[in-house]
Amino acid sequence: MSAVLLSRIQFALAAGFHFIFPPTTFGLTLIILFLETLYLKRKEEIYLKTSNFLIKILGIVFVLGTATGIVLEFAFGNNWSNYSRVVGDIFGAPLAAEGIFAFFLESVFLGVLVFGRKRVSRRVFWLSAFLVFFGAHLSGLWIIIANSWMQTPMGFKIEGGRAILTNFFEAAINKSTVIRYIHTVVAGWITGSLLVAGISAYYLLKDRFREYAKLLLKVSLIIFIITSIVQLFTGHSHSVQVTHTQPEKMAAYEALWETQKGAPLSLFAIPDENKEKNYLFIGIPKLLSFLVSGDTDYEVKGLKEFPKDERPPVIIPFYSYHIMIFLGTYFILISLIGILLFFKKKIYDTRWYLKVLLFSIPLPYLANEFGWIAAEVGRQPWAVYRVLRTADAASPSVPAGQILFSLIMFFIIYLFLFIIFIYLMKRFVKKGIEEVSREEGY
Amino acid sequence: METVDILRVVWFLLIGFLFIGYSILDGFDLGIGSLFPFLSKTDEERKRLFKSVGPFWDGNEVWLLTGGGALFAAFPHAYATVFSGFYLAFMFLLFSLIARAVSIDFWHYDEKRKKIWERAFVIGSFLPSLLFGVALGNCIIGIPLNENFDFTGNFFILLRPYPLVMGILGLFMIMLHGASYAVLKTDGEMRERGYRIAKKLWILFMVAFILSFIVTVIWAPGFLGKIPAWIFALLVIVFWILLGISINRKKNGLCFLFSSLLFISLWGIVGSIHFPYLVRASNNPEYNLTIYNASSSPLTLKVMLLIAIIGMPFVIGYTIYVYKVFKGKV
Repeated sequence: MSAVLLSRIQFALAAGFHFIFPPTTFGLTLIILFLETLYLKRKEEIYLKTSNFLIKILGIVFVLGTATGIVLEFAFGNNWSNYSRVVGDIFGAPLAAEGIFAFFLESVFLGVLVFGRKRVSRRVFWLSAFLVFFGAHLSGLWIIIANSWMQTPMGFKIEGGRAILTNFFEAAINKSTVIRYIHTVVAGWITGSLLVAGISAYYLLKDRFREYAKLLLKVSLIIFIITSIVQLFTGHSHSVQVTHTQPEKMAAYEALWETQKGAPLSLFAIPDENKEKNYLFIGIPKLLSFLVSGDTDYEVKGLKEFPKDERPPVIIPFYSYHIMIFLGTYFILISLIGILLFFKKKIYDTRWYLKVLLFSIPLPYLANEFGWIAAEVGRQPWAVYRVLRTADAASPSVPAGQILFSLIMFFIIYLFLFIIFIYLMKRFVKKGIEEVSREEGY
Repeated sequence: METVDILRVVWFLLIGFLFIGYSILDGFDLGIGSLFPFLSKTDEERKRLFKSVGPFWDGNEVWLLTGGGALFAAFPHAYATVFSGFYLAFMFLLFSLIARAVSIDFWHYDEKRKKIWERAFVIGSFLPSLLFGVALGNCIIGIPLNENFDFTGNFFILLRPYPLVMGILGLFMIMLHGASYAVLKTDGEMRERGYRIAKKLWILFMVAFILSFIVTVIWAPGFLGKIPAWIFALLVIVFWILLGISINRKKNGLCFLFSSLLFISLWGIVGSIHFPYLVRASNNPEYNLTIYNASSSPLTLKVMLLIAIIGMPFVIGYTIYVYKVFKGKV
């Protein structure tokens, strides 16, 4: 295997594993902030206990996020040194800004949340919860800025083979930043809220901590219902943006080979990249054109429009994109059932529905991963869209053997961490809200 | 001097500031980790040690993250050369940092595997403490580069005597700093043990410091002509003596203060002999990476400076606040 391919696999592994944690942090910090606000106002034990319980979970999630995040920040120099040389003038700034504005804030005040309940006043504790929430989301913004610049680069010129910044705000808030950020944050809220809803459902099923579980289920499920429906619209806007700014990516998502007016929305297909056609295509006529423009006769560009060496692979983006949308649809479905059960006041006693919530915990994670796979593989063959090819971005000085070694090591370490993470989560949940929330901070 | 050159110098200093911040702050928890088996004998004591770094280590590590990010943004060529050139060393650094990050939490919750997590914490602290100095030593004395600024040597070139001695000097400094933090945060039997360990490290540090002077005379005599380096070396000796007195008189607050100042003075020497270089090329002076040929554009440097000026005062402010919140013995 070539060094570039190994580096790509390693980056995919490192980013994919890392991205288990930030979305969880988004969701958890939102719910914790909500509970802390209630605690500040009503001063009732129940908010304190449930919040403490979630803070303990957040502590573990956050540590894993930090440990795996540092790998990514270093990866651009380690494995992608040419990338760093060519676009470092633009790409480094958001990473540094993330540290200065957001990550310091998040980590320093997380220390207060986990260890400081007895050491600071209620107001300061609430403020800490707010700053961790704010820091986490701001941190995400800077990372999304960096990624969006790779997707839709703006605000720069090419000089002596390097991209030079000409306008910071154009580069930062480029054509895909805002919608990508909203889509990612909402995905995080879906992920975190379903995690909490699933855990509460588990307690209700086991008939433990009923009062706490009811509160947590109510809060998290309301967030889940709202966000999963909102995500339909942010996902739609994001797709419209992709169609206009990276048309070959949308063509790959939809396995659309021919440029056509009244393009169909694909539901299923087996794309054949060599023969440039699909087998078993099932689609809804004209719907793609309508969705991306509001006009059923709108012309959507097909893959054949682009030179072969500038096309993304089709199979991976196509399936990832469709699985993500399928999962998103499923979330809306369980949300609608949830609304119904809320109105019937049966939400806490409908056992099959509680089981559905519990066993759906992993699904938002899958949706997140597939969404990113679609976005990143769909950008290929470019590292920075139409500026720098991935093949030209790698480190020339690192031998393939060393990358293979590090890849294997990362795989083993991450597998081990994942197992321990799941084990600890289960242990927290089994131990229960009372005991975990009483434990002294760690 | 043109504006852009001023910006470059400012960024050289700012990155130095971030590295110093990292050394002083994460330095003590790396030191606690490296000395872990010596400082603690019982489970209760181990718990206290973990508790002494618990609320802080994560925030401390952000200094490294931000330092790395700032290097990337301000001097992308240096970031690219060092991070890809020292690939294997960086991988071990990352494995270590991952291991120690998770070990602190996992030790507490995962009772069945306490021993594993203790070892992960020790090795994960010891290895980075050593590797930072080795990497820095290599940048100072130079590595073989080509016209694209890419490293052309092999892994073993990184293990020459000069960088190795720098690694050991850094390791002892971090350990000494960790011991100074331990006496600050503990009491009773543990603190006495901390003082005994600090005394030994205080001597070991000077041995390594003299050794680093010897290797400089042999392999890098050119550095001896740098006047500011001599001033900082004098400060190293002054603070080393003051630290020794504080250890003997068991003034734990002063121990930590002088150990921090000692660390800063060491960085002063590094800065004086290294400026304006970022990475020296050992094979051809034309391939030297300096703040002039490795930097980002003036606009990026300006935007970054603005970000730092707005952001860093807050960071320093709330970091001090949170340290005050958790003041006192564990």
